[in-house]
Amino acid sequence: MAVYKDIIETVRMIERENLDIRTITMGISLMDCIDSDGKRARKKIYDKITRAAEHLVAQGERIETELGIPIVNKRISVTPISLIAGATAETDYVPFAKTLDDAAKAVGVNFIGGFSALVPKGFTRGDLNLINSIPEALAKTERVCSSVNVGSTKAGINMDAVSMMGEIIKRCAYLTRDQDGIGATKLVVFCNAVDDNPFMAGAYHGIGQPDTVLHVGVSGPGVVKVAIEKHRDASLDQLAEIIKKTAFKITRAGHLVGTTVAERLHVPFGILDLSLAPTPAIGDSVARILEEMGVEHCGGPGTTAALAMLNDAVKKGGIMASSSVGGLSGAFIPVSEDEGMIEAARAGHISLEKLEAMTCVCSVGLDMIAIPGDTPATTLSAMIADEAAIGMINAKTTAVRLIPVYGKTIGEEAEFGGLFGTAPIMAVNSSDASAFIARGGRIPAPVHSFKN
Amino acid sequence: MRAVLTVIGQDKTGIIYNVSKILSESNANIEDISQTIMQGIFTMIMLVDVSDINCDFSELTEAMDNLGKSIGMSIRIQHEDIFNAMHSI
Repeated sequence: MAVYKDIIETVRMIERENLDIRTITMGISLMDCIDSDGKRARKKIYDKITRAAEHLVAQGERIETELGIPIVNKRISVTPISLIAGATAETDYVPFAKTLDDAAKAVGVNFIGGFSALVPKGFTRGDLNLINSIPEALAKTERVCSSVNVGSTKAGINMDAVSMMGEIIKRCAYLTRDQDGIGATKLVVFCNAVDDNPFMAGAYHGIGQPDTVLHVGVSGPGVVKVAIEKHRDASLDQLAEIIKKTAFKITRAGHLVGTTVAERLHVPFGILDLSLAPTPAIGDSVARILEEMGVEHCGGPGTTAALAMLNDAVKKGGIMASSSVGGLSGAFIPVSEDEGMIEAARAGHISLEKLEAMTCVCSVGLDMIAIPGDTPATTLSAMIADEAAIGMINAKTTAVRLIPVYGKTIGEEAEFGGLFGTAPIMAVNSSDASAFIARGGRIPAPVHSFKN
Repeated sequence: MRAVLTVIGQDKTGIIYNVSKILSESNANIEDISQTIMQGIFTMIMLVDVSDINCDFSELTEAMDNLGKSIGMSIRIQHEDIFNAMHSI
């Protein structure tokens, strides 16, 4: 039995420091739904998802009550739809997105990920059809999330895909321009995408995964901030120790929730993604942790070093606490979803270039950043290429989720609502990248990918 | 199954009476109680056996939550596993 002070500590973390389980995500393979007839394939997809995830939300809520810890989101990831729809003669995959949306609504999850294509080395016909269907799919559905993996350390970067994705992001934003381009908030462009990530918008169920599996995504920036607040005189190595201990506790809570839900649903437990995932709520910010460490404004000098230490200490504490740590695991730095980041961006303390530097030392990448609506597609592509290069060379996952907001420019703000938050429009370097992007082809895999 | 019940807030009369009344009506057995004043805040922890309760666990948590709201305190009942998981290796 835990001792008195430990019990009070847990209660305080949940009540006052926003400790929660950010998501339980059920991965569902759709490989057995492949059919040459699109209509039949969609029926199989709908039936499989609604059958496999029938009790996901109810069990999640039950465990939430029993353990007294909030589980904020219940979600689903599926096999990349390019692999499934590619077997049909259809070229427009929007009906597949609608089927996913309907299934998500039927089982009561708030997002379903997997309207995806994996193209680091080239395209299949299904991949091209899927990518071309993304803008309309995201505009016509509510809960479907999409991702495209354009590169990897092993394969290099598919620059033709990078070029396409600049256009696709712009089109997503344009079709949803009356909502500040919300379509683009549901699309992630990856390098080194992981196939067991429970976080949206980038979740999909990889082909090496079991038929169904339950992943859990844990968060807790508020808990980490409060833990280090009490140690204003501590050296950085002492702070690292405190962060590790806190991450350990958060991870253990997540592991318990994940394994319990998996057991009740009779599916294998997959991974635990220990990511400090901020929300726009006060006291749930990664930027504020960095400021608590001593950087006056997030984005100022010292930010990258502070983030590197934080990210590493979180991983170390998590790995000790669970042998199932996977997914992205680290610290997320989405601008619009982090109250401290929003303020830093408003005050001009953080720039796109600094954010790019920060992505070298933490999980994910340029995330939830609003940029002027008139940013050329080739500039977007070049930003994707830069970010993918960081991922490829450093053998880590990087992602780009940029929102070109039509009709708005620097000084204005995009309003997405809910978890997606508010984003001040950030300045983009005006240098022309069109000649670089027009070259197309491939950036070959780096020398250190040849490990065999 | 055992649960941990925590009551945190400004001290007032009848807290233990009201909490144990709900537990007794639900057929939950109190195994241990301890209470203290930490930094002027009243905190009480009860270890409760809820294996044979006559209602759904969610009804019990709701009843405690409502009681807490009516007397201006935080009252939570949670499965003991969450505490053991977070604080022991």
